[in-house]
Amino acid sequence: MWQKILRDPQAATTLSILAVVFVLGALAPLIAPHGPNDADLGMVNAPVGTPGYPLGADESGRDILSRLLHSVNTAAVSALIGTSVAVAVGVTAGLVGGYFNRVTQSLTEWLFALLMTLPGVLLLVILMPVTGGDYRATMFIFGFLLAPGIYRIVRNLVLAVKNELYVDAARVSGLGTFRILGRHVLSIVRGPIIIAAAFMAGTAIVTQSGLAFLGVGSLEIPSFGAMISSGFRNLYIAPTQFLWPSLLLGVITASLVLLGNALRDTLEGSKPKPVKVGSGQRVVATTHVPDDEAPEALLTIRDLGIAYPGVSGELNEVVRGVNLSIAQGEVLGLVGESGSGKSQTAFSTLGVLPPEAVITSGSIRFQDREMLGLNDQQLAGVRGREIAYIPQEPMSNLDPSFRVGAQLVEGVRAATGTSKADARERVLALLDRCGISDPERTYDSYPHEISGGMAQRVLIAGAVASRPKLLIADEPTTALDVTVQAEILDLLRDLLEELDMAVLLVTHNFGLVADICDRVAVMKTGEIVEVGDTESIFAAPRHEYTRMLLDSILDEDTVRTDPPTTVEGATS
Amino acid sequence: MSLLEIEALRVSFPGKGFRARPHEVLHGIDLEIGHGETLGLVGESGSGKTTIGRAVLGLVKPSGGAIRFAGQEISGLRGKARRGLASHVQVVFQDPYTSLNPSMTIGDILAEPLVVHGASARDARSRVRTLLDHVGLPSDAIDRLPREFSGGQRQRVAIARALAPGPKLIVCDEPVSALDLSTQARVLDLLVDIQRETGVAYLFVSHDLAVVRHISHRVAVLYRGDLVETGDAATVTSTPEHPYTQRLLLAAPVADPATQRARREQRKQFLASTT
Amino acid sequence: MIPYIVRRLAAGAGLALVITLIVYLLIGTSFEDVARTILGQSATPEATAALLEARGWDRPILVQYVEWLAAALQGDFGASVYTSLPVLPEVLSRLAVTLSLIVPALLITATLSIVLGVWAASRGGVVDRIAQGVSVFGYIIPGLLLAIGLVVLFGVQLGWLPATGYTRFGDDPAGWARSITIPVIVLVVGGVANMSAQVRGRMVDELRRDYVRTLRTRGVSSRSIVLKHALRNAGSPALTVMSLEFINMFGAALIIENVFALPGFGNYAFNATLQGDIPVMLGISTFGVVLVTVVNLATDIANGWLNPKARVH
Repeated sequence: MWQKILRDPQAATTLSILAVVFVLGALAPLIAPHGPNDADLGMVNAPVGTPGYPLGADESGRDILSRLLHSVNTAAVSALIGTSVAVAVGVTAGLVGGYFNRVTQSLTEWLFALLMTLPGVLLLVILMPVTGGDYRATMFIFGFLLAPGIYRIVRNLVLAVKNELYVDAARVSGLGTFRILGRHVLSIVRGPIIIAAAFMAGTAIVTQSGLAFLGVGSLEIPSFGAMISSGFRNLYIAPTQFLWPSLLLGVITASLVLLGNALRDTLEGSKPKPVKVGSGQRVVATTHVPDDEAPEALLTIRDLGIAYPGVSGELNEVVRGVNLSIAQGEVLGLVGESGSGKSQTAFSTLGVLPPEAVITSGSIRFQDREMLGLNDQQLAGVRGREIAYIPQEPMSNLDPSFRVGAQLVEGVRAATGTSKADARERVLALLDRCGISDPERTYDSYPHEISGGMAQRVLIAGAVASRPKLLIADEPTTALDVTVQAEILDLLRDLLEELDMAVLLVTHNFGLVADICDRVAVMKTGEIVEVGDTESIFAAPRHEYTRMLLDSILDEDTVRTDPPTTVEGATS
Repeated sequence: MSLLEIEALRVSFPGKGFRARPHEVLHGIDLEIGHGETLGLVGESGSGKTTIGRAVLGLVKPSGGAIRFAGQEISGLRGKARRGLASHVQVVFQDPYTSLNPSMTIGDILAEPLVVHGASARDARSRVRTLLDHVGLPSDAIDRLPREFSGGQRQRVAIARALAPGPKLIVCDEPVSALDLSTQARVLDLLVDIQRETGVAYLFVSHDLAVVRHISHRVAVLYRGDLVETGDAATVTSTPEHPYTQRLLLAAPVADPATQRARREQRKQFLASTT
Repeated sequence: MIPYIVRRLAAGAGLALVITLIVYLLIGTSFEDVARTILGQSATPEATAALLEARGWDRPILVQYVEWLAAALQGDFGASVYTSLPVLPEVLSRLAVTLSLIVPALLITATLSIVLGVWAASRGGVVDRIAQGVSVFGYIIPGLLLAIGLVVLFGVQLGWLPATGYTRFGDDPAGWARSITIPVIVLVVGGVANMSAQVRGRMVDELRRDYVRTLRTRGVSSRSIVLKHALRNAGSPALTVMSLEFINMFGAALIIENVFALPGFGNYAFNATLQGDIPVMLGISTFGVVLVTVVNLATDIANGWLNPKARVH
């Protein structure tokens, strides 16, 4: 971990700056020319460059350089106390609050929520009778005020890890609670804590300086705050007195913040970068298909290639040379195992590949129009109107903050431009058509108030609202229970007949294919290995991979017949 | 005497929110599993099938009833006594991606249950090699991290971890439903082979009748916290008596166009007759 | 809804009770020091004892606390032991000064942060780098240094704005605006640094969710996806950040009030604590807790409006 951190230029630079500053501070008793409080009345407001007083002296005739060096120590001690208390309290409470029972959890949660809502600096001031103004005691209390930050991180990670199956597996293996916390939990929270500690050290130093600036605590303690305060009073007589402590304080806090940022990038990996919304898919090359060659199919995909950048920027192709065509009213099954590229192919047709994805070759023509390279606005007339989409996971595909009806109405209006009232009528009729028994009620429900099967009916209603010519369904029944799956399948089949839609059905389930598809394309690691009509693919698969897949199906007739094994050791 | 006996098992979960009433997910379940036997437990989401497995593993606390392992009541065991059971009862979970700690090597993951039970590091390592061999993984897997393996391979690691202490019962919670079709069959075959060799019993939880049919000696069907049908695998999965099991069977599409057409008709008639 | 608000306010009142009791217990030990401060260095022990008795400070602390509480419940928070000015009007007028600083600062912070965060998350590229730069800049500059720097630049060198002092809004609205400009800038810089980064992060996450993809396939415009759907879902965590930012500013205002010599709440608390002015400290604690409770309650109610799952029934 440390090697990784030191290889990062920003982390290395800020760490070196901090190391130099704090080592000089630690050596202050040895290298400082004067004591921090040694006042020489003859040197009051001595200018920069005075012999023995390289940075000058302050309003009491104290050497500024010496005071700066000693102030670094005060800052270091403040950061150390504040951060260690915060980490100790936060980690303990986070482990306890995350791992143990509900009562302990809600109690710690309540306590830390309370701690978080206390106005920090104000509280430290009110607590002066307790601390006596001593900056170490103050920073000790401040540690508690910082602790909620660490607590939140640890608790959230623990809650996440606790529900991980590997922690259950460890418990089943006979590991006690503390071994589980130590082995499986602490190793994961270490990184985020180091990052948070860097920011907290900065906050502690700034807060201590602020309090010293106000004059809280002993005047004997050299600190940036006290120096800034004295420099501020003297600003018009000797402006540099204000400059030095401000500069050093600025450098230290900036280094800590930048270090924290660098640590976050190196330890947590770079987060996804935002891209311009609606700018369309990234296309580096397309294959030109002359218009006269364009066949009469509704959708024609030629030589499609899709790639994702790897860690060092090279492109890894996940889809290669895919050719597909779907005729009007035809149901094409796109079958393959995970990682075969079937969903990527479907997404590229809809123009919704993730922003990292790159189209490296090919052409996707829908009704004689080239779809690759269009942005969201250019696709607006096609998507939702002529091509529609049914997703795999019903719940995550509904916006949790809007009522079901409002979401559907927005889609209908975007696609057809009808009035609000008309759209509402249409949506209610569609919900009814899609087998929802109380359309009004579902219309007014939020997504979390309806079941998964119901949500999938809602999404199907949304997709067929504009009577599209092509429906792209990505594993539309996989997330559902078997009995619900059959009902959804019935609904889909009825709608297909009624609306004469073509379908690109992405699935891994051959049962689904047998039920609904006219033709099948089999994909393996980014390539299509076989295309044919459904009957013949099942009856006489030509490609070895298709045969292997069909053979793997656990059919109706294989029932286990061998009796339970009686092993000699069974009674021991 | 049966290996595992579950009697009138009830489980409740605390309701969501302040002063909410607890929500009962199992309403009195009776089951038993013999030595070396596979009991398939079928049901849809919310049926409570996973909860039965977790109750047997001691991961949820029953609110009533008894769970006896080799004649000993285990549902009330806590702390050390429960941990002692770890060498007899083990688990393979559904998701091979989250059931292995991503920051531990395969060797460490497999050695963990052994070391807990007092094996020396050297013994553990040699046992780990045997286990890897047993589940058909190369021995150089020992120093590699879970992310270097495919879903099927990870599930083999999880099976090896369950086998490590030489258990008499393994709770398999949807062990193949996250796997690809071709991998699914191979992992199921591995589980059957292991059972034949070691005489371990399985409590095999799944939503998929086809999978359960393939591996189970007996099958129990669960619907909303109640057992609706129990019997030998062939009968329950092919000619079930209970209407819910029949519905379940007819709902699963068959991978053959002609058969599926017939099944669709059958289902339509069945639904018409029941409503 | 109303029972919920009543319950939350009752919890706030309970908290105020606990906190004032703690304050009483903490300060209760130093009555003698306070008496000596009032009487001056030359006070005889007899005079001190007489003062303690006269003020009732020699009785058990709990008895005194209950008396204070009984009076406070009737709206009588006593008077400062030094100036004899009644606490309640003074606390309220100080609070008004601080709030007249924080509320504009918070509104500007929220507006700028949402604009900057949403812009960065939905444009990417250069815009995103600029937004992140702004955030880092706000983080690395300690507020104290920024405050002094701005006073020197605008207040003293350029003379555009008053360097210190406060004009009441009622007296001269333009003067009020001028007197709070620099303090508000200081609060906004720190606030935007934090909040814009949070809004950006949430928006980036939201824009990658499944429902966004589905909305795009239905032909819903990018504008609606960003400003209506993603922003609303990113809104509820942003709101929590905003309430914490309010409390943070409430604390930070103390230092700012000191630099700019504003007669605010923090300043009042600071001086009262230095002097051990018990009635004032109790008044400040009570109103501090009330304010925090109200802000948190308002946040939760607004959150319920944004996020149907968090709604109270």
